[in-house]
Amino acid sequence: MAVAADPPILALRGVSKRFGAVRALTRVDLDLQAGEVVALVGDNGAGKSTLIKSVAGIHPFDEGEVRFDGEPVRITHPKDAADLGIEVVYQDLALADNLDVVQNMYLGRERHKALGVLDEESMERSARETMTALAVTTLGSVRQVVAGLSGGQRQSVAVAKAVMWNSRVVILDEPTAALGVAQTHQVLQLVRRLGDRGLAVLLVSHNLHDVFEVADRIAVLRLGQKVADLRADATSQQEVVEAITAGELADAAGTEVDAS
Amino acid sequence: MAAPTRDREPRQADAAPSRAPAWTARARRTVRDPAFWADWTVVVALIVLVVVFASLSDVFLTAGNVESILVASSILVVLAIGQTAVVATAGIDLSLGSILTVSSVVLGWAHAGGMGIAVACLLCVATGLLAGTINGLVVARGKITDFIVTLGMLSVAYGAALVISDGRPVRVQDQFLLTLTTGSLGPLRYNVALAALVAVLGHVVLFHTRFGTHLLATGGAPEAARAAGVDVARVKIAVYAISGLMGAIGGILLTARVGAAEPTTATTLLLNSVAAVVLGGVSLFGGRGSILGPVAGALLLTALINGLTLLAVSQFWQPIAVGLVVIVSALMMRFRR
Ligand SMILES: Nc1ncnc2c1ncn2[C@@H]1O[C@H](COP(=O)(O)OP(=O)(O)OP(=O)(O)O)[C@@H](O)[C@H]1O
Ligand SMILES: [Mg+2]
Repeated sequence: MAVAADPPILALRGVSKRFGAVRALTRVDLDLQAGEVVALVGDNGAGKSTLIKSVAGIHPFDEGEVRFDGEPVRITHPKDAADLGIEVVYQDLALADNLDVVQNMYLGRERHKALGVLDEESMERSARETMTALAVTTLGSVRQVVAGLSGGQRQSVAVAKAVMWNSRVVILDEPTAALGVAQTHQVLQLVRRLGDRGLAVLLVSHNLHDVFEVADRIAVLRLGQKVADLRADATSQQEVVEAITAGELADAAGTEVDAS
Repeated sequence: MAAPTRDREPRQADAAPSRAPAWTARARRTVRDPAFWADWTVVVALIVLVVVFASLSDVFLTAGNVESILVASSILVVLAIGQTAVVATAGIDLSLGSILTVSSVVLGWAHAGGMGIAVACLLCVATGLLAGTINGLVVARGKITDFIVTLGMLSVAYGAALVISDGRPVRVQDQFLLTLTTGSLGPLRYNVALAALVAVLGHVVLFHTRFGTHLLATGGAPEAARAAGVDVARVKIAVYAISGLMGAIGGILLTARVGAAEPTTATTLLLNSVAAVVLGGVSLFGGRGSILGPVAGALLLTALINGLTLLAVSQFWQPIAVGLVVIVSALMMRFRR
């Protein structure tokens, strides 16, 4: 899988984020390698969504460094992340319900002709091709409005949207949270396929069963700090649960965390 | 930023060639879509109204009367399109009537000051754009509720109209404006043709451009839009500017029709613009709507008033009829989902 000698595609070094008095993230380090699926787990409010949104440029980190292909970058706007090839599938704000599948997949980067007139035909064709390439077969027309799709179909669209661009890092925030067994399995397979295609994948999940099914590595957040970073084949659900609930925190003031 | 630039076009998937884009299939899907019928409710209602009035009055469907309905509706059509742009982003522009008034008064003032009609019209348009842009800036950047901002602008713009005109109407006698109301382009009067042109442009922009998609995304799913990199604030500023522009065009049309610029509150026009939008099936929560709907709504309201007048129903009943039609149609809209 990951070749140790390569620099990680995305590396976070000592990143922090506050919301007023709330320390949502404190000096977190995280590496994402090509072809690797990393699961990010932690209790409610541990800071998982915050980390993702900061990487995506929705609200930048307050301090710390983000490196892409080994080089420091500043991501202060969703467009910065997109330009780097970082795509995010959000827990709560993935798709625009009132738009159709094609409009959603191209939102913000529509193909257009002169005067901003949309190139509908070509967008529709590529959207369909992407769905086929990812073996998303359950979706009917790509011209249906997203509001009418099932949870699994919505997630498939959101994931397809993320990989349709030449993305290198795909981040998914609880993609299976609202899904039944069969649809969960479908989406997880899709996630695994992304890793196998050489993308770096970060998967946020509460479901350890899911995590062990697809992840190569598991990073644990607790109260905004990373308390464990484990290889999936060298750990157990029990060890991960312990880290989530009682993982050792650095001094609460966050002063003595060494970037290891 | 040290980002390696990369081709951001989608990967070419080696997928099977797509089936022919059968427009018949698309048409069939459209007809089955309930939202499509919600958009058409107003058209059906308009047809019913026409049939009823035509059976009650011999005059209603004569060419002359149809033309006068179209002419009378042209201002409302333009305003309704501006209002639609704002409402589709889940906002509302309560200052639209006042913007029309102040733009019109600026036109009259410039004309009376001896500037040419071209300059006067440009100043009129600039006034509308400015007022609308201020609305948009305060709503989007100041993050203040659209309702409050445009209520404030309603008062400011009306006040400005009073100050500029000193509270008195200004006569505007001009050949260009006269032609605009009385001249014809083929069978269409110029003012009707102008309203139709605005409607067609509005439709194309809303449904066939990036801006239109971003507008609908901003209204229906602002968070998703922002996450996709859509500049939601800029879209909002743009729709209020568009609304202001429509107010100014309405101002030119009204000045031309009346032959004067009057510092009135234009509340009826404002209320009817909102009514036309609601009638036209545009969701007040944003993200869903059309141009055809509000245009039909504006025609419906104008035809209603025209028909009642032909039937010699007292003018005092007209606002009641308009209000009832709006409330009933809003109630019907509630059941469409
Ligand atoms: N926009 C915000 N403003 C203020 N506080 C916030 C904001 N977003 C997150 N927080 C706070 O930051 C902390 C981390 O929240 P976050 O949403 O990242 O947790 P999470 O790990 O994603 O939790 P969950 O599993 O419930 O999704 C919480 O205390 C939360 O209340
Ligand atoms: Mg979360």
